[in-house]
Amino acid sequence: MSLTNAANTPAVAAMKLRAEQLCVAFERDSKSVSVLEDITFDISDGEFICIVGRSGCGKSTLLNVLAGFLAPTSGSVIIDGEPVHGPDPRRILVFQEHGVFPWLTVEGNIGFGLSKLPRAEREHRVAHYVQMIGLQGFERTYPSDLSGGMKQRLQVARALAVNPDILYLDEAFGALDSITRLTMRKELLRIWQTERRTIIFVTHDIDEAVQLADRVVVLSSNPARIEDILTIDIRRPRNISSPHYLELRDKLLEQIGQAYTV
Amino acid sequence: MNSLSKPRNWEKYFWPVLAAALLFAIWHYCVVWTGTNIFPSPLDVEKGMAELLHKGVLWDDIGDSVRRVAVGFGAAAVTGIPLGLTLGLYPAANQMVNPVLQILRPISPIAWIPIAIILFGVGDRAAVFLIFLGAFFPIVLACVSGVSSVPSIFQRTGRNFGLSSTQLLARVVFPAALPQILIGLRIALGIAWVVVVAAEMIAVESGLGYLVIDSRNSGKRYDLVIAAMLLIGVIGLILDLGFRSLEGLPSVRWGFRHES
Amino acid sequence: MRLKLHVQPRPLLFIGVLLICWQIAINRHPGQLLPGPLSVLRAIGDLMHSGLLLKYIVASLFRVTWGFALGASLGIPLGLAIGWNRRAEMALNPLIQIFRPISPLAWIPVAILWFGVGDMAAVFLIFVGCFFPLLLTAMSAVHNIPALYIDAGRNFGLSPFAFVSRVLYPAVAPQLVVGMRITLGIAWLVVVAAEMIAVNSGLGFLIVDARNAGNRYDLVVAGMVIIGAIGLLLDLGMRSLERVKSFRWSYSED
Repeated sequence: MSLTNAANTPAVAAMKLRAEQLCVAFERDSKSVSVLEDITFDISDGEFICIVGRSGCGKSTLLNVLAGFLAPTSGSVIIDGEPVHGPDPRRILVFQEHGVFPWLTVEGNIGFGLSKLPRAEREHRVAHYVQMIGLQGFERTYPSDLSGGMKQRLQVARALAVNPDILYLDEAFGALDSITRLTMRKELLRIWQTERRTIIFVTHDIDEAVQLADRVVVLSSNPARIEDILTIDIRRPRNISSPHYLELRDKLLEQIGQAYTV
Repeated sequence: MNSLSKPRNWEKYFWPVLAAALLFAIWHYCVVWTGTNIFPSPLDVEKGMAELLHKGVLWDDIGDSVRRVAVGFGAAAVTGIPLGLTLGLYPAANQMVNPVLQILRPISPIAWIPIAIILFGVGDRAAVFLIFLGAFFPIVLACVSGVSSVPSIFQRTGRNFGLSSTQLLARVVFPAALPQILIGLRIALGIAWVVVVAAEMIAVESGLGYLVIDSRNSGKRYDLVIAAMLLIGVIGLILDLGFRSLEGLPSVRWGFRHES
Repeated sequence: MRLKLHVQPRPLLFIGVLLICWQIAINRHPGQLLPGPLSVLRAIGDLMHSGLLLKYIVASLFRVTWGFALGASLGIPLGLAIGWNRRAEMALNPLIQIFRPISPLAWIPVAILWFGVGDMAAVFLIFVGCFFPLLLTAMSAVHNIPALYIDAGRNFGLSPFAFVSRVLYPAVAPQLVVGMRITLGIAWLVVVAAEMIAVNSGLGFLIVDARNAGNRYDLVVAGMVIIGAIGLLLDLGMRSLERVKSFRWSYSED
């Protein structure tokens, strides 16, 4: 689809992920229920993409297909020229909650995917990511003693530690309070700008999408189809009160089918 | 819970001691009042216990009972945990095997005594076999339950990070199921302790259970009977508490709700 | 679980295979005491024929019912009361924890002393076996009532009686039912053991008697099979009670 303006992405971006006419249908009471229909889009390397839609429209299903956890009924996902067959450490999914392993410390979680590395390097990497997410001093802490925001940061660090190409986030901030959510968005952007990866972020929060994404994929529901793909061409850091921001946000609200007043 | 004020620290010791003292007093009075010369009073029991300690027989009996439990329980754990984990991971296998387990489980280990005696003769091994039976089923069922209640998120994450099936079992499924497995083990240990006492009454000639029966049969020494019963209770409690302390370890503590 | 005949092939197949292996193992060692599945089946047939089976089942169930009913009617209200009152619990918990691990069978001498050899002694043993688990279940159930419910009850100004019947009871009922099912299983285990030692009828007695009076191991195993089957039926029966709608709002596992 369309290229973004040069503000935030390289001029000639390599294509990272292509979804081709994805369809997913489930059997329910011996009837076939179509959840996703004809989803097609491209994502460039290093892009930050948000997928928005109402709750239950199938966004998470789409993400699971892109991550390889679910096989589509038809269509395919091609990453770096290869079709996706299953989950792979090169593309890690971050869940909304309960994703960290409660029996491992912060260090243990971050180091989870690093067992093949020699010890010194593993420790070095773990330390690097502990610092990146701001959890110094909590290395030996167990997740039950961490706040929700800290646990989500931990998940992200665990994911990044294995150097994936793509990061999928499934409403990763949905379980946090709204103030923590703002902080986490800043953090995520900071991390993304430091270690450039492709990010696909599923959310039902319109503001979140406009604040974070290069492009926003809008899904309808029942079944989910691509309504539109909106380009957010605001320079970062984004002013969330600027007229252009509000304009884009209103456009999205309109897409989703919501009025402008409560 | 109720509108009374929060209990103070010293009350933690005061009330149980008071209750125990009351119990002893009532017991003592009942014995005196009914004029029985068979049922022992608390003092008789205390003297009986001292007597056992002096004779040195007591430690042998305790040792025998504990040893049998250790072997039987150990065998049940070593065979039951892998089986339970496997059944939990492969629902098809579980579907096949579970009915057999459900039929065997309600058969009291004591009912197996004749079979045990045929297979192992009268003695230690028969008792250990019974304990094994008593502990085996709860352990297997707890493992199955533990594995199937591991949230799918954990397994998906494991696969996402490229773990093979064996690695998944060792590094994700097992630690995630461990709290439930520990509960199953603790319950099984409690059962083992109950079974050993029963088994010793019938199939062997040493141990605390035997002490209970023997004290009655050879001389109506009810003071020793009660003394043995109390010891059984106390040791069983110690075993239980020991296991519960394991539940406080950091790598499993997350699985237990903080009980008030 | 209504009696839909879910005839599932795999478990039946597995059981069938086990039975065949058992029969083969027996056939290879003739003159040995352990019976094979066929002789067990014949033994069950004999028992049914002679009317003994029914008599023994009734005897065992009778004792279980009485022991369980006594244990429940004493243990549950007491447990609820103790669980409710923190000081009472502080006072009694250590004593309860010491008595709990004592096998009901260890009470046999005391039971015989107080009740003589016979039905009452067996019922007493079952009572002991049921009392402590139900006591503890009731205590635990009270602890698990979310504080929300209690506050709501207070908020609505309920009288004590209304509080118990409209807040307390529904809140503890699901956990109590599960506890009762587990305790019924324990009662069934205890009755068999008690009958092997202390009385002259019942399924447990059948096992002991069959062995003592002539090494009839086919009857022994027949007894075991029937014990297992009835125990399973009791368990399933209780599970269907758990599914009754008014208990179903709170649920966990097993």
